[in-house]
Amino acid sequence: MAKVRVGLFVTCLVDLMRPRIGFATLKLLETAGCDVVVPEAQTCCGQPAWNSGDAPGAVALAKKTIAEFEGFDYVVTPSGSCGDHIRSEYPALLAAEPDWRDRATALASRTYELTDFLVTVLKVDSVPGDHEGSITYHDSCSGLRSMGIKDQPRALLAKMNGVELREMNGCEECCGFGGTFSVKFGEVSAAIAERKCDNVLASGAQAVVGGDLGCLLNIEGKLRRMGNETTQVLHVAEVLAGRV
Amino acid sequence: MHFKANASAKLADVVLQGNLKNAKGKFVTKRAEAIKDLDDFEGTRDAAVAIRNKVIDNLDLWLERFEQKALDTGAQVLWAKDGAEVCRLVTEIAKRHGVKKVTKSKSMLSEEAGLNQALEAAGIQPVETDLGEYILQVDNNEPPSHIIAPAVHKSLSDVADLFHKVHGTPRKTEIPALTREAREVLRGHFLSAEMGLSGGNFLVAETGSVALVTNEGNGRMVTTMPKVHVVITGIEKVIPTLEDLSTLMRILPRSATGQSISNYFSILTGVKRPEEHDGPEHLYFVLVDSGRADVVGGDFHAMLRCIRCGACMNHCPVYQTIGGHAYGWVYPGPMGSVLTPLYAGIENSIDLPHAATLCNQCGIVCPVKIPLPDLLRKLREKQTERGLRPLTERIGLRLWAWVAQRPTLYALGASLGARYLKWLAGESNRIRLLPTAPEWTLGRDFPAPQGKTFRELYAARRNATPRA
Repeated sequence: MAKVRVGLFVTCLVDLMRPRIGFATLKLLETAGCDVVVPEAQTCCGQPAWNSGDAPGAVALAKKTIAEFEGFDYVVTPSGSCGDHIRSEYPALLAAEPDWRDRATALASRTYELTDFLVTVLKVDSVPGDHEGSITYHDSCSGLRSMGIKDQPRALLAKMNGVELREMNGCEECCGFGGTFSVKFGEVSAAIAERKCDNVLASGAQAVVGGDLGCLLNIEGKLRRMGNETTQVLHVAEVLAGRV
Repeated sequence: MHFKANASAKLADVVLQGNLKNAKGKFVTKRAEAIKDLDDFEGTRDAAVAIRNKVIDNLDLWLERFEQKALDTGAQVLWAKDGAEVCRLVTEIAKRHGVKKVTKSKSMLSEEAGLNQALEAAGIQPVETDLGEYILQVDNNEPPSHIIAPAVHKSLSDVADLFHKVHGTPRKTEIPALTREAREVLRGHFLSAEMGLSGGNFLVAETGSVALVTNEGNGRMVTTMPKVHVVITGIEKVIPTLEDLSTLMRILPRSATGQSISNYFSILTGVKRPEEHDGPEHLYFVLVDSGRADVVGGDFHAMLRCIRCGACMNHCPVYQTIGGHAYGWVYPGPMGSVLTPLYAGIENSIDLPHAATLCNQCGIVCPVKIPLPDLLRKLREKQTERGLRPLTERIGLRLWAWVAQRPTLYALGASLGARYLKWLAGESNRIRLLPTAPEWTLGRDFPAPQGKTFRELYAARRNATPRA
């Protein structure tokens, strides 16, 4: 059977801040037998523009991303937020241009968040990571409420013998990141993050794990400001992939 | 309406923060339990959406039907285009009937219109009889911070101090004792008021009735004891039938307070008939536009479905953190951040559409499925189109989007950015003051990046191990 050709959408945040999440994603997909391509010209899906009221900017970036990724069997991204933007918003954004709308709809139907893709499409029965320790899982908003990402990461983590999941209170509550919200209303954003961090700490887990880097930077930044130096903050891809 | 400054003050208010923490879980937990008890919540929700859409898609038609039926029951129907007209009409009614005192059941529209101030200016005493509203009125007319729990920002201890001060009674610390004290004060007002004023949860077109959802019984006193009853409500509150009312009542109290039904639920139809023992001799409906008609058929049409349950704010991480007053006008939380720009002017509420993380918990819990995050986003777009956002933000966003369309330039920028942030973080591996986005580091650190971008590292890896 021909290998599944996957276009990896790295996300601008992973590119800038945590390349190892991109490599972990690559490893997970390749280990599962995919032929993974990383289109070089990719930048950002355009969500910040869309959420900030810049519709023309969002449309331009949507078209750019569609053109770069529509040739693959699937588009996979280590983010529920970016994945949801491509899947839910692109067709609506381009509704006024039927050709582009159809291309957007086609791309949307083949776009997956990483853990969803591994579980739902590839149906993997093992993961390469060897992480050991207790973790608590933060459900990021777009992934959870728009893409239905809830059981997928937990199912994958459950395949790891060394991982013990300790659910925290309010794991589905927003961490306060909210993209540009975090820099427009920094104090409110940090106050919401504090509630999340209190729950993380109360869980007693050694690591907090999630599927969106924006939330993780927010949580890590708040934990450190609160004086916590020990709780690890990890992307689920890093945990699942192990050393990259 | 300076949301941001208000929010900072609310975050620094230790007492308020304690009160918000206490209140937070209650509504959320109760609603979740109440929804679970309903056999077919999603089906009921869909039916509710259909009912509300049916009305707002032909609002003029349903309003005319309601008006005709209401007139048939002996009521009078008056139309107000804005808050000032509400004040004028209600004051005129009061004067016509020689009214000196008005007892009020909860009405958010009276807050919109600033009716209490107008009545006082006309020499008419308004008395709030909803316990929460009463507490606020005797506390120097403090505005409500929640649409169904107006004094939710106050603690038991706050109220104990307040009643001790304004009633001149010994300080009480038990809730039943405090409510009894309020009842004793209010009873005199119920008996002496010549006019009662209420809001309306729904107007039923087929019968010309108003439906009232209350929990304290004050609504019944207000609407049945005085000889004049005035209902003030928005034009979007009409629904077609009593059957529709029963559908909506299956989701309203559950979404609002987590009750399967409120303690009191009244359907009031017409003036007192000869064979009846109580009820008003004169019944007026003041149906208010105040921006609603302009919303019909536009980008924000779905907002008119709102049944004012408050679930969106109860579940909003921002509301939970700062409370309702920070939003600056009558309606707080996600629904308020949509309504305030629509009714009070988009240019007067620059922050509000942005005062949300777009987590969509509000959209998930809304019993009439209003896509609140989409509407907030749409308002942001309107602001940008009208050039209402700060210039630096607009330039920054356009510049960023321009660069993001140019991969080579973008790659260079990202590469420099990653190095700059890494340098800024130094050995501590975190940034304590981020010069490019100082808001971020007000209350938290910014973690250090790895130092090189993914695309650089990926290119290097591919060059080292060329693929076949």
